[in-house]
Amino acid sequence: MKTVGKPVRKKDAMQLLTGQPLYTDDIAPRDCLIVKLLRSPHASAVIRSIRRDIALKVPGIEAIYTWEDIPQDQRRFTLAGQTYPEPSPYDRLLLDRRVRYVGDPVAIVAGADERCVERALSLIKVEYEVQEPVLDFRKALDNPILVHPEENWESLCPVGADNRRNLCAHDESSHGDIEKVLSECDLVLDRVYHTKACQQTMMETFRTFCTLDAYGRLNVVSSTQIVFHCRRIIANALNIPKSMVRVSKPRIGGGFGAKQTSVCEIYPAFVTWKTKKPSKIIFTREESMTASTPRHEMEMHVRLGAMRDGRIRGIDLHTLSNTGAYGEHGPTTVGLSGHKSIPLYGKAEAFRFVSDVVYTNVMSAGAYRGYGATQGLFAVESAVNELAAQLHRDPFSVREQNMVREGDVMPAYYGQVNTSCALDRCLARVREMIGWEEKYPARDMGNGRVRGVGMGMAMQGSGISGVDVGSAALKLGEDGYYNLIIGAADMGTGCDTILAQIAAEVLDCGVEDIVVFGADTDASPYDSGSYASSTTYVTGKAVETCAVKLRRQICRLGARLLGCGEDETEFDGKYVRRISGEAKDGQGERAPQEKAAGSQRPDPCRRVSLQEIAAASMCGNEIPLQETVTHSSPISPPPFMVGAAEVEVDMQTGRTQVVNYAAVVDCGTPINPNLARVQAEGGIVQGIGMVLTENVTRDEKGRVLENSLMQYKIPTRLDVGSIRVEFENSYEKAGPFGAKSIGEVVINTPLPAITDAICNATGLRFRELPVLPEQIAMGLYTV
Amino acid sequence: MLTIREYKRAESLKQAWQLNQQRGSRIVGGMLWMKMQRGTVQTAIDLSDLGLDTIEETKEAFRIGAMVTLRQLETHPGLAQYTGGAMKEALRCIVGVQFRNLATAGGSIFGRFGFSDVLTVFLAMDSYVELYQGGVVPMEEFARQGADRDVLTHILVKKTPLLFHYESVRNTRTDFPVLTCCGAFSPGKESCRFALGARPGRAVIIEDKEGLIDGGITPRKARAFGAYAAEHVPTGSNMRGSARYRSHLVNVLTARTALQLQETSGSFV
Amino acid sequence: MRINIILNGRNIQAETAPDELLIDFVRKQGALSVKRGCETSNCGLCTVFLEDKPVLSCSVLAVRADGKRVTTLEGLKEEAEQFGAFIADQGAEQCGFCNPGFVMNALALFRENPDPDEEEIREYLAGNLCRCSGYEGQLRGIQAYLRWKKEAAAGRDTPPDKK
Repeated sequence: MKTVGKPVRKKDAMQLLTGQPLYTDDIAPRDCLIVKLLRSPHASAVIRSIRRDIALKVPGIEAIYTWEDIPQDQRRFTLAGQTYPEPSPYDRLLLDRRVRYVGDPVAIVAGADERCVERALSLIKVEYEVQEPVLDFRKALDNPILVHPEENWESLCPVGADNRRNLCAHDESSHGDIEKVLSECDLVLDRVYHTKACQQTMMETFRTFCTLDAYGRLNVVSSTQIVFHCRRIIANALNIPKSMVRVSKPRIGGGFGAKQTSVCEIYPAFVTWKTKKPSKIIFTREESMTASTPRHEMEMHVRLGAMRDGRIRGIDLHTLSNTGAYGEHGPTTVGLSGHKSIPLYGKAEAFRFVSDVVYTNVMSAGAYRGYGATQGLFAVESAVNELAAQLHRDPFSVREQNMVREGDVMPAYYGQVNTSCALDRCLARVREMIGWEEKYPARDMGNGRVRGVGMGMAMQGSGISGVDVGSAALKLGEDGYYNLIIGAADMGTGCDTILAQIAAEVLDCGVEDIVVFGADTDASPYDSGSYASSTTYVTGKAVETCAVKLRRQICRLGARLLGCGEDETEFDGKYVRRISGEAKDGQGERAPQEKAAGSQRPDPCRRVSLQEIAAASMCGNEIPLQETVTHSSPISPPPFMVGAAEVEVDMQTGRTQVVNYAAVVDCGTPINPNLARVQAEGGIVQGIGMVLTENVTRDEKGRVLENSLMQYKIPTRLDVGSIRVEFENSYEKAGPFGAKSIGEVVINTPLPAITDAICNATGLRFRELPVLPEQIAMGLYTV
Repeated sequence: MLTIREYKRAESLKQAWQLNQQRGSRIVGGMLWMKMQRGTVQTAIDLSDLGLDTIEETKEAFRIGAMVTLRQLETHPGLAQYTGGAMKEALRCIVGVQFRNLATAGGSIFGRFGFSDVLTVFLAMDSYVELYQGGVVPMEEFARQGADRDVLTHILVKKTPLLFHYESVRNTRTDFPVLTCCGAFSPGKESCRFALGARPGRAVIIEDKEGLIDGGITPRKARAFGAYAAEHVPTGSNMRGSARYRSHLVNVLTARTALQLQETSGSFV
Repeated sequence: MRINIILNGRNIQAETAPDELLIDFVRKQGALSVKRGCETSNCGLCTVFLEDKPVLSCSVLAVRADGKRVTTLEGLKEEAEQFGAFIADQGAEQCGFCNPGFVMNALALFRENPDPDEEEIREYLAGNLCRCSGYEGQLRGIQAYLRWKKEAAAGRDTPPDKK
């Protein structure tokens, strides 16, 4: 292969590295109205009255909108970027008279500059009827206090939701008789694990600008992973036809799932629609930390049944998920906590997975890399580590004994067959890389420092089976280059380049010959968007198929120019050749007279160049040299990963540092090994943050205390040790050139691996994240 | 959002002091904490043009201008030598180089921040502040006072022969400290002086009044001194740690620092 | 009030307010490479050189830069391209939003310490947060760049691949 599997530079790399103005705020018109939101200081309240007359007098203020401007009986909507009909309930209004968390928007203010808008915000007088909130997600279900008592709350899909019970979703699935199997086990571990509402913390906060186009349509430019869903969400929120909305995205400063929810778009959209003037909203970091769409806080109750010989026979998991004030991604994330953790144990005879997703009066949760699998894998993998410890078994050997293998049917993964899987090789390699043999379980380094090692496995999906749609359009341009037009969103991951590599491989050209455009709802073919680890696998396959079809068209026009049948031609990326007569008789590639004359001109009867075909396509031509292909996959082949951590614990202060992290990923064929590696390294660091540094706490009023980068500590480059990533490739037939996904699986292993390493170093088992130095020190001190 | 009505680059210390007597005036240090505040500053006074950005070193002392940045302190060879690296150790974890290129010595000390590594390290030294009106005041006394409208112009450090060691515990490497500890040890006099900060209140001094580490610091004596410190240094709770954990850290870091000082002094003798 | 700054070698005279921050001032002057990632001086995205020293432009009053030299990535095109190529070869630029601040501070490091070891690199750049890369690719890119610089200095010049 010429381009697939090569560490090609990202097509936009040098533009980004030299600081070109390519992001939303860099390209927003200078005369945009500045849009800001007045936010609720209460976790639960009904607005009794709201006065904006004084604020409206501030010079420069254009408009102030409140719930009074929004029909409260209009159809509600969700901000979740999901395929219609969305599993997330329709539980939002643009501005609601009832506010449901500290930070819920109360008013939209638009003005000439930031100062006047800030001033106006301080002058709006709101009288609240403050109500008692539901802040503890363990007490939310069937609590007499309802987060969504309204009549027009609506659930579009059968996800078991009931707003009269604070229930956003409920599901049960099983295989075999779990109670019977557990009762037969020698050992049943019964454990509860807890993870918090961590923040994606992409460096570019949420932001959008809007203008009206020549046709009076709303033109929305936003830092979003989901242009098409965003179009629907805006149309729903504004109650206008979808034909009146166009959404496109420029370069995106990171997403990690945060921008799979339309957190900020609807506000400037409303302002521009009403005022007919350009407007923009730039979330502050504080807003991004307190009024956004973090990971779902989950509590997972695992019962793991095994025999003394280490055979895992049954897994029973109950997950309680906190969706917060609104249901974005609530019904779907929770599913992954079971369906992407339990299937790792292929030999188990039975499983049961029950989930409840509840509403509370805290910030709404959403999509964050790993999407529930991260939480579920922390629970199941930690439980297996605890099992290994109880059995005095090496956790690697327990995995070898029980893990899913290629060809296995996975009952907890919707009965899908494990079509491609190198998990066994990943496991063996990680063990070597970390030096498990010498380091397990722990070593005293002197000076009161102990190093421990721990490990964990992970899986994810590749797109949502039978739901996600990926499309690609390819056309031949003058000079013989190609336009690749996509609706997937490169958010820094490099999908523009990866998809170009796939196209270039099929079209026998260089990656530089593929010009990529995306994503714009007016111009791009439909794509669900970049989430659920779908882009390489789903959209990539669309690109591959599309390129194959375009090759055929090129040959068709080539054949016409050569005056032969299409089946008599072949295309090598530069020329369409006629493969009959002399050429077939072994006379070489070039026609004899051309050779004899030493001429650079090919024989027009024998071959025609791509440039000539491109030119011919624009003159008197009826053979289209453009193709559009739409693809969807009935299966979602899981990528796999094994990670092992070596941590050093200061046994007196509790300070814990990851010294080494070794990981091996099976993402099928890595289309671009550099980008795949960086995905893995970046995901691991986010995982490390979840375990060791990123805390989320709230005061008694429900306010998030970690509301800035000063208080919410993502790892710096001093907080992570050496991270080494390798690949063990399987080959997934359903993916482009054997590829599966990589974007999400990479965040999952640090949670079980690091907590187990800490346990091996200290004897302390932590089942709630993060684990801060204080907990370790005081844990050891108390012991 | 901070609003500043007027910005004034002072042309003399006198002028700076006069401007600063008005309500609503503020002297701008590194601007790092100030810019995060809400409210209005009537006059922002900038001392940038007053030549306060140098570290003067003589045989007896360092005289550090109020506008000297933390990065200057961190990389100053004389301070590095005198403190045995403790100055750098105290500063290197503060956010990042770009931050420390702005944050000023004067601002850090004048703010008397509880979390301050800077205050901790200076408190352990034989140091003083020089105020435009108030004259020279011992650092310990200054640290106890509330803010007033005087102008801090310099920090003085006497080169009293002392050994220093700095320790801090942070939840992440560049975060605010959960606890800071700077120990100063006089090998000749066998006396020591420890500053403990981020309790989370302002750093305080603890001395070995009971002679716990007299006659050479052994691990046992260091532990005893640590326990003594934990008993006498008041601690509280905040987002970064509980009072209980902090008291534990006072114990641990004090003992560690004491032992380290013993080791260093051993290598001196 | 009116201030004079030398922005990327060009004399600029412009109006500013007493409370305008340098980041907003230089962005208005077209230096759009300068990004804001937080309001608490923690992320390093807004790094510029003030009199050749890397500082957080979100924490400097524009008036304080009056009469001074301010350099943004726009003014370091050649250096940025030369160094950036090595980051690009790792795919470590990722979303790119932190790149300008990171590149600026890395260049400041190389000026201050032309031969830093791994710990010195990590420490000098600790104030540059990045959420995508995991930092490892950036470290590899920096080390490759330093190796190339050394070889170039030793006369074994192999120019970086300009794809």
